[in-house]
Formats: sequence, structure tokens, C-alpha cells
Amino acid sequence: MASVSTSARQAAAGSRRAGSRWAAATGRRRSPGGAGWLFATPFLVFFTLFLLVPIGIGLWMSFTDASLTGHGDGVFVGLDNYTEAFGDSQVWQTLGNTVWFTVLTTVPLVIVALVMALLVYTGMPGQWLWRLAFFASHLLPVAVVYQIWSMLFQPDRGMLNSVLQTFGMDGIAWLTDEKYAMWSIGLVTLWWTVGFNFLLYLAALQAIPDHLYEAAALDGAGAWRRLWSVTLPQLRRTTALIAVLQVMASLKVFDQIYLLTKGGPNGATRPILEYIYDTGFTNYRLGYASAVSYVFFGIIIILSLAQLKIFSRRED
Amino acid sequence: MPREVVRRRRYGGHAWHPTLGTGPLPRVLTLLALALMTVIWLVPFGWGVDTSFKTEVDASASGADWIPKAGFTLDAYRTILDQGNLPVWAVNSVVIAVCVTAITVTISAMAAYAFSRTLFRGRRVLFAVTIASIMVPPQILIVPLFRQMLAMNLVDTYAAVILPQVVAPAMVFILKKFFDGIPRELEEAARIDGAGSFRVFWSVVLPLSRPILAAVAIFVFINTWNNFLWPFISTSDPQLMTLPVGLSTVKDSTGLRNAQESAASILGSIPLLIVFMLFQRQIVRSVATTGLGGQ
Repeated sequence: MASVSTSARQAAAGSRRAGSRWAAATGRRRSPGGAGWLFATPFLVFFTLFLLVPIGIGLWMSFTDASLTGHGDGVFVGLDNYTEAFGDSQVWQTLGNTVWFTVLTTVPLVIVALVMALLVYTGMPGQWLWRLAFFASHLLPVAVVYQIWSMLFQPDRGMLNSVLQTFGMDGIAWLTDEKYAMWSIGLVTLWWTVGFNFLLYLAALQAIPDHLYEAAALDGAGAWRRLWSVTLPQLRRTTALIAVLQVMASLKVFDQIYLLTKGGPNGATRPILEYIYDTGFTNYRLGYASAVSYVFFGIIIILSLAQLKIFSRRED
Repeated sequence: MPREVVRRRRYGGHAWHPTLGTGPLPRVLTLLALALMTVIWLVPFGWGVDTSFKTEVDASASGADWIPKAGFTLDAYRTILDQGNLPVWAVNSVVIAVCVTAITVTISAMAAYAFSRTLFRGRRVLFAVTIASIMVPPQILIVPLFRQMLAMNLVDTYAAVILPQVVAPAMVFILKKFFDGIPRELEEAARIDGAGSFRVFWSVVLPLSRPILAAVAIFVFINTWNNFLWPFISTSDPQLMTLPVGLSTVKDSTGLRNAQESAASILGSIPLLIVFMLFQRQIVRSVATTGLGGQ
């Protein structure tokens, strides 16, 4: 059985290597290009109309002094908005907050999800209950999450501080102390969104072929050995996928911070998207808000490309 | 047959996973860890449910009191349901979420298949553009999208709410990754039997992908159901609002309090819980029948 698994893995690796050649051969034989276009077209039409076109409109606006109040499209001002953005300390501060939030949340959101999936996938009775328990919070709209956690976080009457006081500790100003505010928001984010990563890990665990474990068991590998030598290596692609998706999601944080702290205290939790939102919708400076959007967008693209490069190199 | 394998069979094949130990002690420890994490994850949720059954006085007064002084009551639910428009908003949410999910899954799966399994000119560039677009923060597109809807004369229609939401590059990415992992031998065999691209897609790739399709459908449905910003901006007619948008207007006009907000939250969340429980069985069954977990 051990030999079966090795040869299967070799075959899989071989077919991956030969993939492009194979695709070239069958592609030319069976689907001379046109079929691919046919399949891709419906998505590409929507993609162009409702993503690329608005991106283009936004880009144009970033070179104008467009405002929310005026009906026109604003006057072309060249690179003025961009020059202002690079010299704007608010841009750098809120960008720093966004990066800090991303660092703070990504690692726990990967590790806790993995632990949850490993624990659930041990065949304990009541599978549906565990799955539902870890995923239920992901089913809540952000307004509901806000409602629940603002009750829990209340400094005088909130449940979290009552629990702390039961253990003889002082209550914490969860959302109003600069030291703790971002950690509190990280906690809410972990509770709210980890279920998504958990399910992806669970699906990946279910896809690991049983014969790998049978072979390992026959070779006398214990539980920890199987975890380190079979499970975790088999989950590597999923971990890379989850990490990439998580960083992108965390960089785009807005809703829960906006609702819980409005970016405070003293701007300690204000993410760059909130600065963009405030600039555009509170100060009506759509052109400038667009320019800051595109600076941020550029940074995200650079970060993500670097990340994709790192992970794709590690997969080889 | 080694004891491990026998034990695995006893625990029902795929339900048991031999990552952790099988002795009584590891099993007890696993169960304890599971129970602890479950409690931690359910407490905030339970607090919301608990609050929804309190009087407003108890809901805003208590610290960690799970049992209210004035006893449990359904008053909060009664008040919320008397607001009138709730059923209309629920129907809107269902129509919009179902339409978005159906369209998204269909076009995303087709595109993912094109990117994973066919050759066409520009495939690599288009896939790179699709991936890059995952990074676009949706919040920055709201204004240009709204201008577009004005230009297309679609504001305050179902179409305005639905159409922008069907573009889900992340889902294309996830499906493409999954399709990449389907053994090429299966497709090759079908092609030798004379199957064309559409047949391979329909009879080989899709049946093998049911778990991931179900997962994608759930995620799209949840995201659509819970989406706030775009439905809020693209509709002003109360008869077209989704549940989260509608509930937020009720909150604004009558000043709901803790118990009523909790009750409204519960009512808005129940449909999703039901959908997830239905699909959860579907996922497990699909994994079992397609043999993706086994062999």
C-alpha cells in the first residue's frame, strides 16, 4: 500500500508537470481555442461592465476635482490629488493601522481555523453541532456582530468585564483605550470570520486520500507523526490559499471598525478605507478620495504579487 | 488488518480522521478542547439570543445575568413583527440572494473551467487580471457603480442590486484551483470517448466538483444576504429593500433598543442558518459519493 501511495503521488506530480503539454495536445485536438472563449464570455461580460468599467471611471475621477455635491464630473487637475496624497500624514497613519490590523489578524485566523478543522475532523459525535458552532458567527450580518459585541464590550455593564471582575481582574476599556482598541477589533474579527477558513480547511482535510494514512499507519507512524508528515504537508496548498485570501480580506477591513469605534480612539483604529470613505462622503471630495483609493490599490497589488510569488515558489 | 484501519471503518470511513490519537485519553482531550472552543464561539451568539427574550429594562441593565429579573418574554419579537414590512424584505432578500447565487455559480464555474482546462488566446492575461481584481476594495467602486446605474436607468430595480454582485473573482479563483486538482486522466478518458469541451465540463468536471460548488454557492449566498452597502445605496424604495437594509431603516426611525435589535438580528439570521444546515448535509454527502475523500 505504501508503494501504491508513492506511485500515485509520483503520477500526480508527473501529470502536473506534463499538464501544459497535455493541455496543448488535447486542446488542439478537441477545443481549438473557441470553446474556452465561449465558457469565459459570460463572466467576462459582467466582469468588464461592473468591475473594469467602474475601476476606469474611478481612475478618471482621481485626476479631477469631482465632488459629491456637483453634478458635473469635475475639472481635470492632473496629478494634483496624487501629490497631495503622498504628502498627507493621514494617508500614512491610516495605512499603518490597516497593515497592523492585517498582521494582527492573519496568523490567528489561519491557525485557529486549522485547529478547529483538525479537532472537528476526528470523528467525534455531533459533527453538525461543531460545524455549526464554528461557522454560525460567519452567518451574521456585520450590523448584528456590532450589536452583540458592543453589548459584550460595555465597560461598566458588559459581560466581558463582569467575567474579568469575577476572576479579580480590573475591567478593560476594550474599545476606548488606544492600547486595546485594535486588539478588541481583532478579537471580534477572529470570532466573526474564522468560520470561512475553518470550512476551507475541513474540505481540504476530507480530500486527503485515506490510503496515505493507511500507509503511514502500516509503517508504524503515530498520531503526531501522521499529523506532521501526512496531514500538514497535504494541507500546504490550502494554507497558501487561505493566507493569500486572508491578507487581501484583512487589508480591506472597514465595516466592523466603522461600526465599533468609528476609527477611534484618537484615530488608533482608523483604516485607510475609512479615511477614503470620510474624504469622499463626509467631505465630498470624490476626486481626492479616488486618488487615495488608487494609491492604496497600488500598494495592495504590490503586496499581493509579492505574496503570490513567495507562495508559488514554496509550492515547487 | 491493522487496528487503525479497523477503527477507522468503525467510525464510518470519512467521519473519522486518523490525525489525532485513537486511545481513550486523546479522545477525551480532543472532546474537551472541542467543547471549550464551541462554548467560547457560542457564548456571544447565545448572549444575543438571550437578550432578544428579555424586557428592554433587563436587556440594558444586566452585566452577565443570563436569567432576567422580569423573566423571559416574546415582546421584542412581537414589536419587530408588527413593523409590517419584514415579510416584504425577507422575500426581496430571498429573490436577490437566489438570483445572485445562481448567476455567480454558473458564470464562475464556466470561467474557472475555461481558465483551468481550455486553451484560448489571452487566457493567462485574463486570469491574471481576474486575480488582480480580487484586491480591489469594493468600497471604492460604489460611486462609479452608482453613476453607471443612473446612466443605465436601473436605480431602484432588482437588476441594480443583483448585477454588480454576480462578479466574484475570488470564487473563480477557488473553483479554478479545485478544477486544477481533478486528475487529467479522467478528462482524457472522456475525450478519447469523443466528448467535447462542454460534455467534459458537464459530465466530468461538474459532478466531481459538487462539494466545492456547494461551498461556493453557500459563501455567495451568505455574502449576498448579508451585503449592506450596495443594496443600501442602490435602493431607496422600501418595497425593494433587503432584510439588513430594511432593518436598519426601522432602527433609524423608531430607535430600537437591545432586546428588539437582538430579536431583529435573530429573525434576519434564521434563514441563513437553515440554508447552511441544508447545504451542510449536501456537502458531506457529495464528498462521500464522489469519492473525493477516499480511494
